[in-house]
Amino acid sequence: MQTENYLIRKSSLEKLFNNLIGSGKTVYAPKVKGKLTLFDEVNAFGEIAEDYIVTSNSAKEIVFPRAEKLFSYHKSKEKAEITDAANNTFPDVILWGTRPCDAAAFIPLTDIFNSDLKDIIFNKRKDKVLVLSFSCSRSDDYCFCTSVNSGPGNIAGSDVLFTKLTTGDFLAEVITEKGKSLVDENKDLFEVKSEESKESNLAVVASRFNQEEIQAKLKDLFENPVWDDKSRACLGCGSCSYVCPVCSCFDIQDEAHGNKGIRLRCWDSCGYGLFTLHTSGHNPRNTQGGRWRQRILHKFLYMPNKSKVAGCVGCGRCSRSCPADINILDTLTSL
Amino acid sequence: MNELIKSAAALLESNAVQVVIGYGKGSASRTRAIFVTNVTDCEKLIFDSRCVQNLAVYLTKQEIKKLGKPAIVAPIPVLRSILQLAVENQITENDLVILGITPESELINFETFASIETFLATHRIAIDEKYQEIISKIKNMPVAERFAYWVKELEPCFKCYACRAACPLCYCTRCTVEDNQPQWISVAAHPLGNLEWHIMRAMHLAGRCTDCEACYNACPMAIPINLLTKSMLQDVAENFGSYGPSLDKENTLSSFKPDDKESFIR
Amino acid sequence: MSNQNIYIPYLMRIEKITREAPGVKTFRLKFENEEEAEAFSFKAGQFGEYSIMGVGESTFCIASSPTRKGYIECTFRQAGKVTSALSLAEEGDVVGFRGPYGNTFPIDEWKGKNLVFIAGGIALPPMRCVIWNCLDLRENFKDITIVYGAKSVNDLVYKDELAEWRSRPDVKLVTTVDPGGETPDWKGEIGFVPSVLEKTAPSAENTIAIVCGPPIMIKFTFPVLEKLGFTEENIFTTLENRMKCGFGKCGRCNVGEVFVCKDGPVFSYQQLKLLPAEY
Repeated sequence: MQTENYLIRKSSLEKLFNNLIGSGKTVYAPKVKGKLTLFDEVNAFGEIAEDYIVTSNSAKEIVFPRAEKLFSYHKSKEKAEITDAANNTFPDVILWGTRPCDAAAFIPLTDIFNSDLKDIIFNKRKDKVLVLSFSCSRSDDYCFCTSVNSGPGNIAGSDVLFTKLTTGDFLAEVITEKGKSLVDENKDLFEVKSEESKESNLAVVASRFNQEEIQAKLKDLFENPVWDDKSRACLGCGSCSYVCPVCSCFDIQDEAHGNKGIRLRCWDSCGYGLFTLHTSGHNPRNTQGGRWRQRILHKFLYMPNKSKVAGCVGCGRCSRSCPADINILDTLTSL
Repeated sequence: MNELIKSAAALLESNAVQVVIGYGKGSASRTRAIFVTNVTDCEKLIFDSRCVQNLAVYLTKQEIKKLGKPAIVAPIPVLRSILQLAVENQITENDLVILGITPESELINFETFASIETFLATHRIAIDEKYQEIISKIKNMPVAERFAYWVKELEPCFKCYACRAACPLCYCTRCTVEDNQPQWISVAAHPLGNLEWHIMRAMHLAGRCTDCEACYNACPMAIPINLLTKSMLQDVAENFGSYGPSLDKENTLSSFKPDDKESFIR
Repeated sequence: MSNQNIYIPYLMRIEKITREAPGVKTFRLKFENEEEAEAFSFKAGQFGEYSIMGVGESTFCIASSPTRKGYIECTFRQAGKVTSALSLAEEGDVVGFRGPYGNTFPIDEWKGKNLVFIAGGIALPPMRCVIWNCLDLRENFKDITIVYGAKSVNDLVYKDELAEWRSRPDVKLVTTVDPGGETPDWKGEIGFVPSVLEKTAPSAENTIAIVCGPPIMIKFTFPVLEKLGFTEENIFTTLENRMKCGFGKCGRCNVGEVFVCKDGPVFSYQQLKLLPAEY
């Protein structure tokens, strides 16, 4: 579908939000919580945070929850009955206020859960999500979207992208059919596009490195001491993987209560020592440096080469939330 | 701190230590742990009020131990952790050189763990009033309300274990959550899994925690788990009579005597 | 359960349990659902995720041959949580099976060639599948040699199969145990698999070598094969790595650009050399 551009007045934007709330759907938006801004359920326009670069958590939870039931079972010695969790209904969700980096992350996420075999629970959730993103008028030193083929006004992954103009009104780029349905249902709120350009209203995000160059260099850096050097302070927690909008590694666990129980998939991280540990005791990645190397190579070499999708959208959440202040840019710019 | 840089440089130069664990400039306005292995890089060592990360956590990490004997920049929270690690037989006096830093930002040397204990006796752990208030408020809630309070507070938790990773006293090579025969603690980050993890960690730290707040500072979701640790500290003090590590006294909750007054333990 | 939810296992009934060696059992499994049994097929080299509901899943190859219909077999050693629970299962119990996953041994490309199978200890199961597959199509291949060793006589698995292979005139079987693992009436070789292989010295001409064993055995076997003149594209192995999903999504078995579950577990030595040493 060809992207269609509209103008939406500031007051109409609020009306649009209220219409969505009124429709009974769940709306997730950035909400201030103490010293953080997090994606959370909102019920009123006033609850939406205004002054944030990115939320501390990512929006991937909407399609890839921390714990996702796969099926429940009821067993006896002679037989077992399985109830498929994919038959459940999944809720309609509006994601309001994702940044272009958040939305772009849905592309590699969707790719991983659909390559070869399709994860229908993921797809069912994704189908029910409407992504309404807002471009960035501000950025900080942690941001590097422009270095990874994204940017403060990137439309990839969004259904509609709003850009705030100097008048206080918004340019609305309607990118997908889902976005078009939203416009059709709220025709009176969308006007003909304004003349003000999108670009002049976007943050300027300086390029920090050349992605193609890095991809080419990484091939030969496997034995390089940079991995140990840059990860010396790493504490081996899973923060970076869990706040990352692209990271999707998971564990499969059974939880039993007597004869009944469930099998679920839950978040996991390649940063843990346990991730690759064999039952025999052999661990192919038994140093933190090796695990840091895996993170970088997987995102910046293996994924682009193999699946032709970005492994990183440049939101900088990993660096922002790292308790040891391991900054991914330090590594990437030193290669 | 020029004195700090000079001391660090001297230690490295004489090869008394092979690495200096200290604070350096980080991203934006943060500081981060740095590992200085040569004299020129000593310039990078800084110390100011932003330096809250507990460096003692690196004393038990295999990647750091491989670098050789360390000197460690140790403001009071780090000193407390070092003493607790000593009480728990994780380090000996020969394993490290301590570059202590007083609250007045003065460099102070500690040759022995006993001297650290003497120093800390005049800088005892004190739970701040604002925390006392919140803790009292929670403790006065009826059980059902208190349970609901914690389920809600822990809701953002996604079990990244940053709290565990940042804590100098969580040095177990195989944590209880990593046991799967049986799986004591649910792996997934649902309300039950979150409660199990945080309750278990608080219990494992009871009598050991030195209130450095590394766990709270590390949490990417800013969950106030320091309330749990501070509350435990208070409970231990009320029942067993102290805050803080001591080389002469046995570790409060991890010492067993055959004539223990509790019958369940026999 | 030709279900769309890829995480849901087939329900299988344990038809027969064979004690192979201390701690090692073979299960013969039949599909609970006839339609599923009919529709199911797999190729040599593939694996599955076997589970006990409420305990978890574990990765084993499918140890029976695709030429044998109506059942699948798996062989495992009791080592961790799931294998311990599986060890307690009895004939008639129901277990879960997800599969088949992974790539396969390129048997069609081996037609007209000599085959040398080299395996150690518990690694015979993945090989047994491909050995049976080839033996069931015996006329397609020229000489077949099997070199198999274990720590001790007791640890040799598939004792019945070994006896059968030994009795076949069209198969050369060499069995060995580690020094110290022999019994007084042991008639086979004594020595580690790589050195016994070197002694057996199969010709590399027009021959494919298939190796499977613990990392240490493989490490010493490859140089022997190279010494005997085998080229990298003619040596195959099947890799093991920690797995969970089995279909390339959970990330655990990722090595370099490949997922051992999806792009493997069968790799030629040539492909293996391109991977970083992280397996």
